[in-house]
Amino acid sequence: MGDISGEQEPSGIGRRRFLGYVLAASTLTVAAQLGEGAAAPRAEAAVPGVPEPADLYDLNDMLTDATLATANLITITVNADGTASFALPRTEVGQGITTSTAMLIAEELDLPLDKVQVSLADARPELLFNQLTGGSNTTISTYTPVRVAAATAKQQLLEAAATELGVPLSALSALQGVITAPDGRSLSYAELAVKAASLTNLQVSVTLKPASAFSVIGTPQNRIDALDAVTGRKKFAMDVQVPNAMPAMICRPPTINGTVVSVQNQAVVAAMPGITDVAVVSTGVAVRGRTFGQCIDAVRALQVTWGPGSEDAATDATVLAELRAAENPLVTPPLPLLTAAVDARFTFHFASNSALESNCAVADVRSGSAEIWASVKAPITAQEEIAAKLGLPVGAVTVHVTQGGGSFGRKLFHDAALEAAEVSQAMGKPVRLMWHRTDDFRHGRAHPMSISRVRATYSLGQVLTLDQRHTSVATEFGHGLGEIITAEAAKLPVGGLTFSETIFSMTQQTPYNFGVTTQLLTEVDNGFHTGSMRNIYSPNVRCAQELIVDRLAAAMNQDPYHFRRGFLKDQRAIAVLDKVAQEGNWGRTMAPGTAQGIAIHPEYHGFVAILAEIDCTPATVNRQIPDAVTGPRVTKVVCAVDVGLAVNPKGLEAQMMGGIMDGIAVTLTSSLHLNGGYFQEGSWDNYFYTRQWNTPPELDIYVMPPTTGTPGGAGELAVAGSMAAVACAYGRATGTMPTTFPINHDAPLAFTPLPTVPPIPQSPTDGLSRAY
Amino acid sequence: MPTHTFVLNGQQVTVDVEDDVRLLWVLRDILGVTGPKYGCGLGVCQACTSHVNGKAFNPCCTPVGDLQATDQVTTIEGLPATVGQELHPMQQAWLDMDVPQCGYCQPGQIMAAVAKVLQARAAGQQLGDADFDQIRNICRCGTYHRIREAILSAQTKF
Repeated sequence: MGDISGEQEPSGIGRRRFLGYVLAASTLTVAAQLGEGAAAPRAEAAVPGVPEPADLYDLNDMLTDATLATANLITITVNADGTASFALPRTEVGQGITTSTAMLIAEELDLPLDKVQVSLADARPELLFNQLTGGSNTTISTYTPVRVAAATAKQQLLEAAATELGVPLSALSALQGVITAPDGRSLSYAELAVKAASLTNLQVSVTLKPASAFSVIGTPQNRIDALDAVTGRKKFAMDVQVPNAMPAMICRPPTINGTVVSVQNQAVVAAMPGITDVAVVSTGVAVRGRTFGQCIDAVRALQVTWGPGSEDAATDATVLAELRAAENPLVTPPLPLLTAAVDARFTFHFASNSALESNCAVADVRSGSAEIWASVKAPITAQEEIAAKLGLPVGAVTVHVTQGGGSFGRKLFHDAALEAAEVSQAMGKPVRLMWHRTDDFRHGRAHPMSISRVRATYSLGQVLTLDQRHTSVATEFGHGLGEIITAEAAKLPVGGLTFSETIFSMTQQTPYNFGVTTQLLTEVDNGFHTGSMRNIYSPNVRCAQELIVDRLAAAMNQDPYHFRRGFLKDQRAIAVLDKVAQEGNWGRTMAPGTAQGIAIHPEYHGFVAILAEIDCTPATVNRQIPDAVTGPRVTKVVCAVDVGLAVNPKGLEAQMMGGIMDGIAVTLTSSLHLNGGYFQEGSWDNYFYTRQWNTPPELDIYVMPPTTGTPGGAGELAVAGSMAAVACAYGRATGTMPTTFPINHDAPLAFTPLPTVPPIPQSPTDGLSRAY
Repeated sequence: MPTHTFVLNGQQVTVDVEDDVRLLWVLRDILGVTGPKYGCGLGVCQACTSHVNGKAFNPCCTPVGDLQATDQVTTIEGLPATVGQELHPMQQAWLDMDVPQCGYCQPGQIMAAVAKVLQARAAGQQLGDADFDQIRNICRCGTYHRIREAILSAQTKF
């Protein structure tokens, strides 16, 4: 939206004014430009010494600025029944953005929250960069534009009411979807929606409510889609009914990126019960049938000769050796005498960003057009790449964005949508393509293995240098910034490295005054399917740093909390740290084998502090639960979070809770084991994400009062903080700083790997006998 | 093709399909009942958890041929009717605690929670830590803490 700040209102109040649009339509339809960069305050470095790039300009600023060129509009419609509708050009995968967006509209429109409907927009290529859901950027980039559109709608409703009631606009008041005159006469938005509609497009100037007048923003609200979720009515991609879109699955190679050489029994499999089609596609052999169960049978029956994959000789050990060989040496500047150092190297193993909803998409490809239904966070890139794959113009491909069953980085990519389109084209029929769980772990994207070497020097009570060399298997950024130009740039071998380095420097911060701070990224090996996992680098980079902070504190004979407090750069960081230390009773006496850990994490204009208590006593570590990893248990977590302004504190608490569970998992239990060119894990009883038995019995989350007045990112913030706090607690409980993550990765496998041929296991048949 | 008859959410249904097709696919792909979700097809993630004759089970591990005509299958869609209300108290507790995030696992979580409470009640107990350790349902969004709170608040309400 255009910011015409500087103009004074006639009243002289001088609040910033914004440009909204009233669009010609049969019922009131308003719009605002998406793209807040020009008006967004830049993060200022309140830092003595040399600020790091991310202190000044972080990934979120880049994502926000990437929207500046966008000339196109987001629109809100006030319907004749008095409700408001908005198609959000972002992807809801559980993070609560439909609810927070509805809150913004309810606030500025003075409409009850349950009368605001927020759906997900189809891919809109005209939005260019502005339809990427990632980097915790949604609320940051849409906070002002959505409110401007809603304020425009309210202004039009007020003007229509003024005409109808014959009273000056300034005498009217709007509350809960009703406009009331001083004499008590009133009109509802339902009565005004058509009257407020415009025959022509208008540009209007509006002001936004000051924070002091907020009655919705900043209040805890339940999710607008919760009722649908608990009744089974929420529609995910595989629940969408598209005529004749029958189930389809892929028979995949035994190793990553293996290829089909030949199929021995295609005709036999095509004749199996329920099966309609069998086709070789670029990722394997596709089958289509009446039920997914029959597709599983067909995939298992296929006899395929496979060519080698891209990493057939790779194991965890070979990748680790490759990372070590690529690691850049530390360069420490000349230091005064009596300077001491702490120095450690940490290993972070491959991890899976598999969501509970496996990769899936519906595709209906015709001769001159294609229609896709999928949960994708970069729908414009998806649309463009699908069009290229099918040989269709971009405009002939429609991508409907469905509700997503989790993402964690996975849905930044559209692997299943591209595959479904290819399969539908090959078979000439609509398909509902879904990945088997085992494929989702073995052929789906993984968070790359990395090592992080950290060296800090100190003397006379000061930390003089912090040097970090992060060396990682390459993280794919093939989704770019949401459209094909940057997506293609990110795929170029040279461009990819530059792009990664750029992203690294824009996301990685050190919250402490540690003198000369250097953090560098080196990437190796592009043979894996990788992606971010509820953050790109931060959980690993910051966990390594916070463990070193504990080492520094110990070496300098200081308490970990007070040490951090003394070196933190930002008052907001100190405030959240103090909060968890106080609420979590930092320093309380703990039994042997148990301990507290404390850590801080800054990112996306927000700060989180986590205090974790862990129990590493044998009685707890050796708890027996069938087909599970128990091990050390996090018994309590206290979290304090400051995102500047929490639009929905209840939703923010939910994001912290989820991030904490992720942090516990990547520290203690969950990783992928690479051997013979494939990941051994093939089920949720192999990949040990946090379960009820790992969940901390005590969890307290404190949302700090607004500090900056504008929302920061929330979706990924807690993962790094909780990973670091749990790791620090583990180190203090056991007396040994952990250096390999998760801590149990090198223990014997806690499961028997599933076979790779056939590539997916048959479903058990003992359902009735296991009923409880 | 064999026919199979059973009672689904209070209504008798008959489907023509091979005996060994697991009930999850009969529900989702043939009958269009999409509340039970696919998360693994291995009886591990529990996303498809529904009830058979009042007990929790995994339709992904149950060949449709194993069902008798009198077997009562209840999915999340039929849960409220089992208590004659618009929402089961467990669903209401889920709303009160704002449990769902993405929501994909929640139908299975709720069906498991109801069965777990009934199982404990039959044994004359309230749910304790050991019972929670037996709830194997994955929530990849990590809503476990609110799930516990919701179950504890609802366990005496039905």
